[in-house]
Amino acid sequence: MSVLLFELSLTFYFAAAIVGIVELFKGTKKTSNFVLVFAVAGFVLHSATIVVRYTVSGHLPITSLHEASSFFAWCIVVIFFFLEYRYRIDLLGPFTMPIVFVLMLSSSILPREIKPLSPVLQSYWLGIHTFLAFLGDAAFATAFGIGIMYLIQEHHLKSKRLGGLFDRLPNLQILDEINYRLITLGFPLLTLAIITGALWAESAWGSYWRWDPKEVWSLITWFIYALVLHARLTAGWRGRKAAILSIVGFLSVIFTFFGVNLLLKGLHAFV
Amino acid sequence: MNILVVGLNHKTADVEVRERLAFNGEKLSEGLLKLGGLPGVEEAIILSTCNRVEIYLNVKEPETAFDQVKAFLSEFHGLKSAALEKSLYLYRNLDAVRHVFRVGSSLDSMVVGEPQILGQLKDAFEFALEKKTTGILLNRLMKKTISVAKRVRTETRIAENAVSISFAALELARKIFTDLPEKSFMLLGAGEMAELAAKHMMNFGVTKVVVVNRTFERGCELAKELNGRAVKFEDFLHEAVHTDIIICSTGAPAYVLRKEEMQKVMRERKQKPVFIIDISVPRNIDPETNDLDNVYLYDVDDLQGVVDANISERQKEAEKAETIIGEEIESFRRWMSSLSSVPTVVALRNKAELIKKEELEKLINKFPGLGEKEKKAIEYMASAITNKLIHPPTVALREDAEDKDVLVAMIKKLYGINGDEEEK
Repeated sequence: MSVLLFELSLTFYFAAAIVGIVELFKGTKKTSNFVLVFAVAGFVLHSATIVVRYTVSGHLPITSLHEASSFFAWCIVVIFFFLEYRYRIDLLGPFTMPIVFVLMLSSSILPREIKPLSPVLQSYWLGIHTFLAFLGDAAFATAFGIGIMYLIQEHHLKSKRLGGLFDRLPNLQILDEINYRLITLGFPLLTLAIITGALWAESAWGSYWRWDPKEVWSLITWFIYALVLHARLTAGWRGRKAAILSIVGFLSVIFTFFGVNLLLKGLHAFV
Repeated sequence: MNILVVGLNHKTADVEVRERLAFNGEKLSEGLLKLGGLPGVEEAIILSTCNRVEIYLNVKEPETAFDQVKAFLSEFHGLKSAALEKSLYLYRNLDAVRHVFRVGSSLDSMVVGEPQILGQLKDAFEFALEKKTTGILLNRLMKKTISVAKRVRTETRIAENAVSISFAALELARKIFTDLPEKSFMLLGAGEMAELAAKHMMNFGVTKVVVVNRTFERGCELAKELNGRAVKFEDFLHEAVHTDIIICSTGAPAYVLRKEEMQKVMRERKQKPVFIIDISVPRNIDPETNDLDNVYLYDVDDLQGVVDANISERQKEAEKAETIIGEEIESFRRWMSSLSSVPTVVALRNKAELIKKEELEKLINKFPGLGEKEKKAIEYMASAITNKLIHPPTVALREDAEDKDVLVAMIKKLYGINGDEEEK
């Protein structure tokens, strides 16, 4: 049941991503509506997948890399819908749905079985800590997409070649503003995730901080986004610099998420 | 039933000729009624704009109609027909349909993609409707033209890009800022060009205007005119800290703003974006200023480059539009072709009905003892036979075919329908 739902939602996200990419090359109003429709369909099925898995396992399904990337993707879609609703800017779909699809695809190739939860993890912190972390990461992921949109549009304006996406990309001011808002949303969430993680670690393993690779990389990510916000407020690092930093920050997020689990071993090995 | 377009436009006639042929105000209704009253003219529409005068007709005899219209135009406007001869063009039937579609979709316009023409065409159509000079053919043509134009506009990007320098500047400003009306705006130099550009910007809602000029008095004058405020030239950098858009045309022989100075300004305004338009020749703002983050500097050549690129973009889109028009002509042709066989279908049906009625009467007279029930049954059978017999030819007539005229003639001959009957 949950397998079928998952595959279907993956298919719809795939459709949304493909139509989104097509939209970049030859877009009309119609294609952008299709992106949204496919995304909604994928999201409904995806939510059902998560609910089914929750009822089977009895806890928030984010205890394997498969579940975690799926949940990460789900959070991005939530933020995507919010931005669509709030700002109605063009071409947001083409710059976010492919991220969602790639996350879902990696989720689909990772082992899916539901393993029994080890006793140290059975805590209410599981839901709180991971939810905060993923929502924060999702905000950074969309900021990454918006940052790319900004850089493309800025390149058009600086190079004075106004073909390509110039007409359909939104203006720089709104892109910069959304990028900033997303980081001001993601940063406190990440901060809280680190704090709750420390509290949980204390109750599970007896110490707040053990310099395990996941913790280290979360901290690096935290510093990058702290720099983004700090430089913006003091030195006026907005626009291009902020966009580049939000891209760098997201790469760090992705490494913290996949790289640490797949390349380095640590206490967070489960996720 | 023949569609005919007679007209002239900016490509075929000078403005003097166009002026003299224009149907303005009173002339339009007078001309339209006269035109509609010409022998052989069944429907008429006049489209008269500053770039074109066109007459759309549905005529009985296309061969003589052109001379008729020419004579009408030269008489009505008091022009020699020799003068008209070389300016007028004539399109018939599907060529005429294509022409009208292209005009409505703004492919035939001086500035391809400009949106006014569709409105003008709608007005011309509505006026003709009001004067009752149109009928089934031209009504359909006009409605189709409007829908084709809309299709072209939604499916191609023909009307999207700015094709004049001041529109290009505005388009750029809109891609840098969200809330253009809230932005502060500086005129550096109070020349005529700057004034024009400023007025253009203000049409789009910019209100906070500052004028900086070497002669402060002139600056004050212009500021008053624009409802803005004047600032002394020495304070210009200071003011720039609070300015989002600068239009510069000072006529100074050297740069009035260098990269280093702008860098300082940017630091002071916390890197908030600035859009600078330098329309002075020679340039007044160091081009290297564009290398600074969040500074977008465009000079006249840059803007012209944007305009040229937009024009060639429009031409590319125009090709897509021609394809759309090709499809729509095909659908219009199908409709016209079905229209041409309608009288024959009607005549065929009438004939069958008549035969049925006559034969039924004969039969009922011969057998007076028939009950109501039997009569009903016989009538029913007669109807079924006639309907089944005329069904295949009716379908064939309605179908779209290359050799439709031959088919129509053949069916008339086979069923003994002559021209007179058709008119009923």
